Order: sequence, then C-alpha cells, then structure tokens
Amino acid sequence: MLRWLIGGGREPQGLAEKSPLQTIGEEQTQNPYTELLVLKAHHDIVRYLVRLDDYRFASAGDDGIVVVWNAQTGEKLLEFSGHTQKITAIITLPCLETCEEKNQLILTASADRTVIEWDCDTGRQVQKVSCFQSTVKCLAVLQRLDVWLSGGNDLCVWNRKLDLLCKTSHLSDTGISALIEIPKNCVVAAVGKELIIFRLVAPTEGSLGWDILEVKRLLDHQDNILSLLNVDDVSFVSGSHVGELIVWDTLGWTVQACERNFWDPSPQLDAQREIKLCQKPNDVSIRHLTWDEENVFVAVGRGLYVYNLQMKRVIACQKTAHDSSVLHVVKLPNRQVISCSEDGSVRIWELREKQQLSVEPVPTGFFNMWGFGRVNKQASHPVKKQQENATSCSLELIGDLIGHSSSVEMFLYFEDHGLVTCSADHLIILWKNGERESGLRSLKLFQKLEENGDLYLSV
Amino acid sequence: MISAPDVVAFTKEDEYEEEPYNEPALPEEYSVPLFPFASQGANPWSKLSGAKFSRDFILISEFSEQVGPQPLLTIPNDTKVFGTFDLNYFSLRIMSVDYQASFVGHPPGSAYPKLNFVEDSKVVLGDSKEGAFAYVHHLTLYDLEARGFVRPFCMAYISADQHKIMQQFQELSAEFSKASECLKTGNRKAFAGELEKKLKDLDYTRTVLHTETEIQKKANDKGFYSSQAIEKANELASVEKSIIEHQDLLRQIRSYPHRKLRGSNLCPRESEHTQDPPSQAAATSDLEESADTDHYTCRPSYTPKLIKAKSTKCFDKKLKTLEELCDTEYFTQTLAQLRHVEHMFRGDLCYLLTSQIDRALLKQQHITSFLFEDLVEVGDRPAEKQESTVSKPHHYGLPSESPEDCLVPQVLISVGSYKSSVESVLIKMEQDLGDEASRGAAVTESSSFDPQENLDYLEMDMKGSVSSGESIEVLGTEKPTSVLSKSESQSSLTVPLSPQVVRSKAVSHRTISGDSIEVLSTCPSEALIPDDFKASYPSAINEEESYAEGGQGAILFQAGISPPELGEAEEGSSSLASLQTDASCCIGREAGALLVPLSTPGHTVSDEDGVVSVPPQRYRQKDQGFHVDFSVENASPSRDNSCEGFPAYELDPSHLLTSRDGSKTSLDDHSDATSYGSSVASTSSDRTPSSVPPAGLSSERHKKRAGQNALKFIRQYPFAHPAIYSLLSGRTLVVLGEEEAMVRKLVTALSIFVPGYGRHGKPVKHWLSSPLHITDFQKWKLIGLQRVASPASAGALHALSRYSRYTSILDLDRKTLRCPLYRGTLVPRLADHRTHIRRGSTYFLHVQSLLAQLCAKAFVYTFCHHLHLPAHGSEAPELASSRQASFLQLTLGLVHEDVKVVRYLAELLRLHYTQELRGTSQPALRFDYVPSFLYKI
Repeated sequence: MLRWLIGGGREPQGLAEKSPLQTIGEEQTQNPYTELLVLKAHHDIVRYLVRLDDYRFASAGDDGIVVVWNAQTGEKLLEFSGHTQKITAIITLPCLETCEEKNQLILTASADRTVIEWDCDTGRQVQKVSCFQSTVKCLAVLQRLDVWLSGGNDLCVWNRKLDLLCKTSHLSDTGISALIEIPKNCVVAAVGKELIIFRLVAPTEGSLGWDILEVKRLLDHQDNILSLLNVDDVSFVSGSHVGELIVWDTLGWTVQACERNFWDPSPQLDAQREIKLCQKPNDVSIRHLTWDEENVFVAVGRGLYVYNLQMKRVIACQKTAHDSSVLHVVKLPNRQVISCSEDGSVRIWELREKQQLSVEPVPTGFFNMWGFGRVNKQASHPVKKQQENATSCSLELIGDLIGHSSSVEMFLYFEDHGLVTCSADHLIILWKNGERESGLRSLKLFQKLEENGDLYLSV
Repeated sequence: MISAPDVVAFTKEDEYEEEPYNEPALPEEYSVPLFPFASQGANPWSKLSGAKFSRDFILISEFSEQVGPQPLLTIPNDTKVFGTFDLNYFSLRIMSVDYQASFVGHPPGSAYPKLNFVEDSKVVLGDSKEGAFAYVHHLTLYDLEARGFVRPFCMAYISADQHKIMQQFQELSAEFSKASECLKTGNRKAFAGELEKKLKDLDYTRTVLHTETEIQKKANDKGFYSSQAIEKANELASVEKSIIEHQDLLRQIRSYPHRKLRGSNLCPRESEHTQDPPSQAAATSDLEESADTDHYTCRPSYTPKLIKAKSTKCFDKKLKTLEELCDTEYFTQTLAQLRHVEHMFRGDLCYLLTSQIDRALLKQQHITSFLFEDLVEVGDRPAEKQESTVSKPHHYGLPSESPEDCLVPQVLISVGSYKSSVESVLIKMEQDLGDEASRGAAVTESSSFDPQENLDYLEMDMKGSVSSGESIEVLGTEKPTSVLSKSESQSSLTVPLSPQVVRSKAVSHRTISGDSIEVLSTCPSEALIPDDFKASYPSAINEEESYAEGGQGAILFQAGISPPELGEAEEGSSSLASLQTDASCCIGREAGALLVPLSTPGHTVSDEDGVVSVPPQRYRQKDQGFHVDFSVENASPSRDNSCEGFPAYELDPSHLLTSRDGSKTSLDDHSDATSYGSSVASTSSDRTPSSVPPAGLSSERHKKRAGQNALKFIRQYPFAHPAIYSLLSGRTLVVLGEEEAMVRKLVTALSIFVPGYGRHGKPVKHWLSSPLHITDFQKWKLIGLQRVASPASAGALHALSRYSRYTSILDLDRKTLRCPLYRGTLVPRLADHRTHIRRGSTYFLHVQSLLAQLCAKAFVYTFCHHLHLPAHGSEAPELASSRQASFLQLTLGLVHEDVKVVRYLAELLRLHYTQELRGTSQPALRFDYVPSFLYKI
C-alpha cells in the first residue's frame, strides 16, 4: 500500500506482508463503530480505564493524573492530580448499602508509594495513605468483609477508613503482580512463579483483630504469572509468561486443567512457520484473561484463544490476531470478542460455530487492489486447518478500529455508549455507533425544538 | 451566497484575476461585440456621463457666517475623486436647502436665549447641470461665538446615480444619522465646556468689576455717581445678565440627554441612535455623556480671563473649525464612520441591492449558513438571534422592533416619471414609528407622524425653505395618486408621502424652470404606496402568499433561483420544485400537515421602469403543522448593525468597483478600492473604531482565486468528482505534494467545498509537514500535506496509510487520487469540467448557489420530524429509517452517494443546532467502512 505513496524502494517493512495476520479490508459492514471522539487530557501513557457507572469512566496512567469522563459526550468531568508518579493500580470502591452518601469512590495506587481515595462526584481527595514500603502494584476489594487489599512487596489489609488492619511479611522483591478474591475469605496472590493463597481472619469475640495467614503456595507454573482470573466460585485461572494456562479449583486449590501448548498446538502444521513465529517466549505470554459462562478468552502473545472450561480444550483460536502482543480481551454479550494490542489496533471478532469448510471469499477491498489478496489467502489457510483439527468454533474478524498511533493498553465497553480505548499515545478514543449517535442527536434536536416551542406537531 | 452570480454588471476582467481560462475564441459571427465604451472604462450601467467626478464621495460643507457656504472636506480626501466638480458651487446648492430652520434666539415669551434641539433634516437633491445627485444631511452644531450660537453644517453623499441615492435613502439616512449623532454629541460636550469657561470668565469679570465699583464708591465721597460709575454699574448689570443667560444655556445643553430620553417614546429611532453609537469607541461617548456633569464641573486648570465690556462679534475673528467644535475624539470617530459609509455604498446600485438582498436572505438562513457561507456576519449576536428566533416563534407578521430591521431593500420609487426638471418636494424623512410600530400594524415601516407634531415640522420647514434661497422651491406634497397622475404632464418627480400626514399647507405645484436644483423626496416605505399602485406592480409577494395559503400541509420550499444562464442550476431548481410537490404528498400521507416555510422572499427586479421592488417578507403561518421559524426579525440587511456588525469589507462591492471606478480613476487612486485595508491604515488615524481588517478584501479576492483554481482543478483532473464528494461527505481529503505553493493553492481552491463546523471558520489546514494524527482528521477535513523525500517522512506516509480509511488522498505529484467511489448526480452539477463559466468569481458564486440548495435539502431532511422519530409510540424504528431513505431518494432526489452528503450535512446541522448555545466543540469524526479506489489521470 505504501508503494505508491513513497514510490518504491524505501518501503518500510510492512508487518502485514510477513505475518499471516488476518486482515480485513476497508469494507466492514458488521463494524458498528463509525464515529470516534478523541479525548485528550493525559500527558503520558494511559494504562487504566475504570467504569464508574453507566455513563462515566475514569482513566489513569503514567502521568499520575486520574480523569473522569462522560462516556456519552466525551466531556471531561473531573481531573484528580495528587500522585507524583505513575499510577500502578486503580479500583473502584463499591459503596455500602448502609452508607448514606452514595458517592462513587475510587482508589488509586501510584509509584510514589501512596494510595489515594477519591470521590468521583465531588472531585475531592478523600484520604491518602503514604506509609507503604514499596509500590502498590495491585488492589483488590473484598466487599463481603468491607476491606480492601493492597499488594506490593507485601500484602496489606485496610478497612474503608484507610486504617491498616494487618499485613503480611515481606513476600518478594518483585512484588505481587495479581490479586484475586476466592471464597472462604481467601485471596490468591501471584508472586513471581508462585501463587500464594492467603486467608483473612476477621475479628471475632475471641480474637483481637484482623489477621492474614498464608495458607498454601502453588508452584505449578514454570514462569512468572502474568494474569489471574476468578472464573466463578469453583475455579480460577492463571496464565504465565510461557503460555501455561492452569485452571484451579478454588476450594481445594488443585489443578483442574492445564493447557501448556499454546505455542505449538498443532506442530504438524506449517511447522517451520510456527516455529519461526511462535517460539519466542514473548509470543506466548498470557497477558490477559477474560471469561463468559463457558469459555475463557486468553490473550496469548499475538494470538487469541478460546478455551472451553467444560471440554477443557481450546475451541477456537486466532494465532496471530494482531501484529504484536494482545493486551486486553473482552467478551461482549453478542458473541463478539474485542481485543487490543501493542500494534495500536483494536479488533472485533465474532465467535462462530464452526461451519462446513467452505472457502469464504476473500474480502474485497483495499488490499486486493494493492495485490495483498495473496496475504489474505495465506493467512486464512492455517487457521482453517487448525480449526479442522482442534477447534469447533472460529473467531472471525469482523472489523478493526484504527485510531491509536501506539499500543492500545486497555479498553472498556459500554453497552449504551460504545467502546473506550486508551493508549500509549496519551489518547483516549471513544468509539461510537454512528447510526445510533445520529439518532440520538436527532432526538436531541427535536427535544430542543420542542423546548423552544418551535415544534408544532399536527393534532 | 444566494445571489445570482451573473446578474451583476458586465465588467472587464479584473487585474488580479490570474490567468483566466482561455477558451478558443469564438468565430467572428457568433461573438457578441463587447460594450463599445469598455475600453474607456465605462460600463453600460455607468451613469456618469454628465458627472464631473469619478465616483461617489461624501462632502461636508458649512454655511459659514463669514463667507457663506463653503466645502470643508471630502471623503475620500482625494482631489481625483471629485475631479473638476465644483465643490463650492455644490456646497452653495446643498446649503441653501437647509430645512432645519433651527434658530436660537429669544423666542417670544422667553427671557433667555433658547437652544433648539432640532432634528437633522435629510433631503435628496439633484443638480442636472452637474450630473450630481446628493443625499444631504443637515445638522446644526452649537458654537458660543457664532451668530445665534449655531453653525449649520451638512454632510452630503454625492453620486451620479440618482437611483442609487433614492433607493438607498434609508440606509444612507441611518448611516449619516449615526455620523451626525456622533458629531452632535461631541459638539454638545465641547459647547458645554465652552460655556463653562465663559461662565468662569464672566464670574471673574464680575468680581473685578465689583471691586472696581467698590473702589470707585469709596473714592467718591460726593453724593452722586459719576458717569464712570454708572457705566461700571451698567457693565456689571450686563455681566450679571450674561451670567444668567449662560447658566441657562448650560443648563439646557446639559439637560439634552434627559430631554432625549423623555422624548424617546415619541421618537424611538433617535434614541436608538444614541444608544447605538456608530462605533465601539463611541460606546464610551454615552458613558461620558451621562457623566457629563462631572466632567464639566471639574476643570480646575482653566484660568479665567477678563471679558471686555464690548466684546464685539466681528468678522475678523476666526471661527472654530469643525474639529474644534466637536472634540477631536468625536471628530475622528465621525470621519471613520463617514469613511465607512463611503465604503459601504461604493459601487453600482445593482450590486448594492444584490448584496443587500443576499445578506438579508443569508440571515434568514442562519441555521444552515454556517456550512458554506463566510460567517463573518453571522455569529455576531448568536445569543440574541437565538432569542429572537427560537423563543419567539410567533413573531412573524409582526413588525420588527425598529424600522431598520425590515429591510430587504423595499424602496419603491417612481422614477419613471422623473424627467430631470425642476420639481421640488418637501421632505421630512423622520421615521416616527412610535407606538404604531410596537403595536405592529404593519411589517414595513410606516411613517406615521404625530399629526400635531408633523404640522409643526411642516411649518418649520416652510420657514426654512422660504428663506433659504431663491433658486429653490419647496413645495408641499399632493396626495400620491393625484401627483402620479399629474406628474406625467408636469414632468416632475414626486414620491408620495404618507397619506397619514396631515398637511397644513395647501398643495401647490409649481414648475420652476431654468434652475437646476431639484429636491427629490423619497418615500422608502412600502406602506406608503397607494393601493392601486401596489396592486399593479409585479411582485413575488402575492404569489408567495398564495403559496402559503394554498400550501396547507406542504413543505414550502422556494429556492433562490439561480440565474438561468446556468443550466445545471435550473435543473436544481426544478428538482426543488418537484420536491415541493413530492414533499407535500409524502408528508401529507405520512405525517399529517407539515409546514416548513423556508423563508425566501421573492423579489423582482424589473428594470424597464427602474423600479426595484422587493416586498417585505410575510409569513403565513398555519396553526397546525410543524414549523421551524426562520425569523423575519433578522432579515435586516446592513443597516442597523452595519457598523458594529458588518465589517465594512462585507459590503465591499469590489468587483463592480474595479470596473466602474477603476476605469475612471487612476491606478493609484484605485488602490483605495483594491486594498482598502491599507488605505484605511494610511488615511485614517489610529482611532478608527470601525476600521476594516485587511483580511476583508482579500477574502473577496480569495474567493475569486479559489474559484479560478477550483475551475482549473476540475478541468485538469478527471477525478475531481470523487475528490469533491469526499469533501462534501466529511471525509478528510489529504492533498499530498512536494511543493508548498501548489498544495496551498489547491487546498485553498478546494476549501470552497468544505462544509464548516461552526462559526470558527472552515476545517482546513493548508500546509502540514508533521505526520498526521488521528486528531487531525477530527479537526480538519482538508489537509495539505508535505511530501518529503527523506526517511523521516516515511513516518508521515506510514501514518497516512494507516489512517487510510479516514482519508482520501490526492497526490499532486503523481496525479492520483485514492478515495471511495462516487456515483451521484450532485457533484457533476457542481463541478462540470465542460462548464462555460470562465471567471473565478462566477464559478465561486455558482458553487455557492448550488451548495445553498444542498443546504436547503439538508435542512429539510434534518428538521422533518417524522423522518427521524417514530410518528407514534408504537412504531418500529425501522419504519422511520425506511421513511428516511425514501424521503432522501424520492423527495430530495438524491441517488447513491449524494445521500451520504446530505446525511453528513444533516449531522453537522444537528450538532450545530443543539450545541449552539454551549460553545461548539469539534464534532466526532464520522467515517464509513467503504472501499477506496485509486484514480489516475
């Protein structure tokens, strides 16, 4: 595509030509996002997005500020600046039913070794804790006990008033990378290659106060654990840097299932290509996990895998879903999966029941014109064969969103407002369904006409 | 711009029109000979034959008590403008028809001299010998040293075109009133200051005299007064009297503002003028005026002088200059205002009228005008506009608040009967609307005088005129109809005055032969036209009304018709006509009665008798039906806000100017016209409040150049259509090239097709050398991008290819275009490469008129309720969208990609309309996932 622009010779190494990346042309009839709004407030990488309620979300990143946005209008509502360094974790603090003020609170942890509690309605800094020995890397809220936990080099338990209830001893220098709650007042913390299970002891008549006890260490992972997901009450899933996906039992803390061969699910196929592309360890690190009732969606390196919990196997995969590492995956209610990646793109996939193997027409469009149709065909081949062998579903690319010029760190999906993506290019983009927005604007117009008394409807 | 592009006068190619497109010459037998005098710089519209001056100018004269009428200054202050025209003679003429009759003196029953705050008089007079016609504005300034304390002045707008004066009378009067008001305000201030000083002098003199008398008294031990002592006592007494007189004068002059205020309900216009100072700087004058008292009282620096007992008013003393009379500050302000007036009325009458109509129509379009029009004037007072249009939808038919407001030029003058002889008619143009207007009896201004007051006026005028000079006859007026009937035989010109006027004098018609002064009265109000006459003149208003009445449940949609010269335009209008019917049936069927009166006041310019009549816009409003109001209230052309609202360049009729004035004046003189900005800078002082941004005229030129370049682009590139489609549908077009000048030129040319977002100008970036970013596409819809042959630029190009779905890319160097397919019919009409339009400005106007039609379609689409919302609660939303599609296709006649254009414009309209009040943010970037194609030459 660049050839005609630059005039040959100096063409940069187009990634598209080298990888069997599935591409979609410019014609994306199923892609609903036909309107975008660029939100600018951050001065550095935006890493975190947190949904506050139906229409608001907060963003935070390396510039240490937290911004609250209106997801409908893209309006910047509030800006919190209290941290001096980058923000490392952000979580909403659900308000208590008994609590009178229903203000939405959030907790942010920063590399300046503080945690601040913010009020998202007033924009006020509620409280600040700065007695940490190390950077807090993850936060978790145990709503049932009305406490929250901060994980750095050690694990601390706090109550709502930001009093330190108890803490563990120093765990590791690398710190806790992930923290989830499991039943029986237990939490799982990922520390390096280990998963450590702690039990929280709430004060009773007998004991004086809170305590946190290490219950068990799970040592099945070969490499650093990057992602941890609480699937349901019975199991949780962890993923490691070398592509191990382990499903654990939440009660017995035993391995229910293990999937270690993401990097080589079908070695007999295109062996050379697979080796060349996927042998690099970075390519199989599991960076993000998400799930719906049946499946866990796993971002493995550049690929996207769907692991069925019942069948205990991968039912669909897209080995090179993106040009580089997939950072975040979300399953939408309508069988759509959205993934974002370091390559700056967001892709929308549809999980389809596997059909009979008919060669689908290659999307006509831009790339065909440029003679890239070849690439498409190549790309679709291995996938198809793969499906035959190991999967019963397929992930079909139905659209991509191109807007960010750098790695897309995370995104949020709003049922009513669309998609919010944040990126290393300091921007947040609000992707909207153009048709719906147009309808809304129309509605607004007539409302305004009516307000002004200019609308005369026939009786 | 809705005006017809080619109705304006034929003029020769302007000098800055660069490289006009040269078509092969026509064979001799087909060519129409050019206007024979074109080489001499004349044009068929020129009426300058008899005139000794080259173009219109403003003359300020004074009736000096020492030397009689004398010219003071002209604007523009350039001898070449008035050439051999005898200013002295003309001053004599115009000063001898002063109807003001403002006298100061001891009126019977009053002990002290009384200042008479007379209103200015405004007359039109002609001098056939000189070939000059003038609007003359008389005013009186106060001067303590002058005879009767008054100094009569007049300002005259002198033109060779009598029709121009007549038809622009209202506008001229309003503008000159502002200037006059400014002068008078300054004068009152200066006069009060003068009185202060005089009082101090007198006071001092009294003290001195008193002391002297005392001394004399003491020295004199005899029992009787010496003659010397008596003389002193007399002197003292006269000083005392003088003090009282002057104090009274001071009180009078100070009370003026209050008087005005009191009289304001009688004379709303005057009060408005005071509150509406001609310029920003003048805004301070009101404040100063209100703070007058403070100013006058605290002048400690002045040291009083002794006044000689016999202060003689002798002729050797120098009279104050105009500048001294009214404060330098106000004087410069007035000059600026007059310069503005001169600039405003430059050019041919035809041009002025067209542009006034144009502006008036544009104002009614305020909902859509932001898309393609230059929005310098819109957005002036958006809030007010909003106020008046939206919150008061019931105001149609009601008159506007002030006479200035209802003006599509609606002057109707029976000039046909005028045969340049000597008939003079009394003029009193004070528009006294009073309560009538507020009660809203008529749309147009009605000069309904208070009978009694009018009687006084008439009498006063008579007095003034009788004494004014023997060469003038001022006659009372007849009832209009009778005058009309007589006028044929008497070869006179009369224009009816209001029938409501109570005439105190017997009608007298006299024919004065031999003299060359004519005083023409004007009667600009449509309301004054006698009924029988009104009925007979061909006008669109009757038709329009009948439309409105007949159009029950129909979308009324009358587009400004483009000149028939443009075949495409005809097509457009016919399609709109079909729209009208289609819409009516469609809506009638689907949503009941709907009435969208698009306000398009019809106007006829019938030149066979020189009558230009544009009827006022009247709205017939149906109670039922959806109605979006394009307020009539805003339909005022330049008049009342021409000063603070329109920058003068808006009114610059430069293309006519260049032909007409440029032809007769030398080049350097002409520079005034071509580069007004610089001339303002040079001729006016630094205190020109209404000075014109230099960008003003360049925008006129810019249009021309853009039109010319766009024409070239269309002719040169076969893929112009998809490129223009991209712009119209809101897909960013990137013009890629190495040469900055080329890219800029093309971007400028193409920018005429870019719909604007709001009132912040068009989203066009002329030249960009950094890599594109996603925000750029949100911000700009047309970008000139530098192609650099360095590795660094690979990033830029990479970004370009990455974002290719949001852009169309026009590669100037390789002559390629990558953009979506276009199959509609709209753009071919807009950009026909076989067009016969050759001039850039013509093409620009052609584009504007087609775009105006397009906007109208977008408007109808946007504001049709049933298209966007379910007609009733239970209706499925799909139904509305199918209605939408069929409306776009069948009613608006849009095919294929044209639909997208209208949808995009509708989107912008919605955004604009809903966000108007809370400051426009950039709209979201909208795009489609459609394949692009590569076009090559």
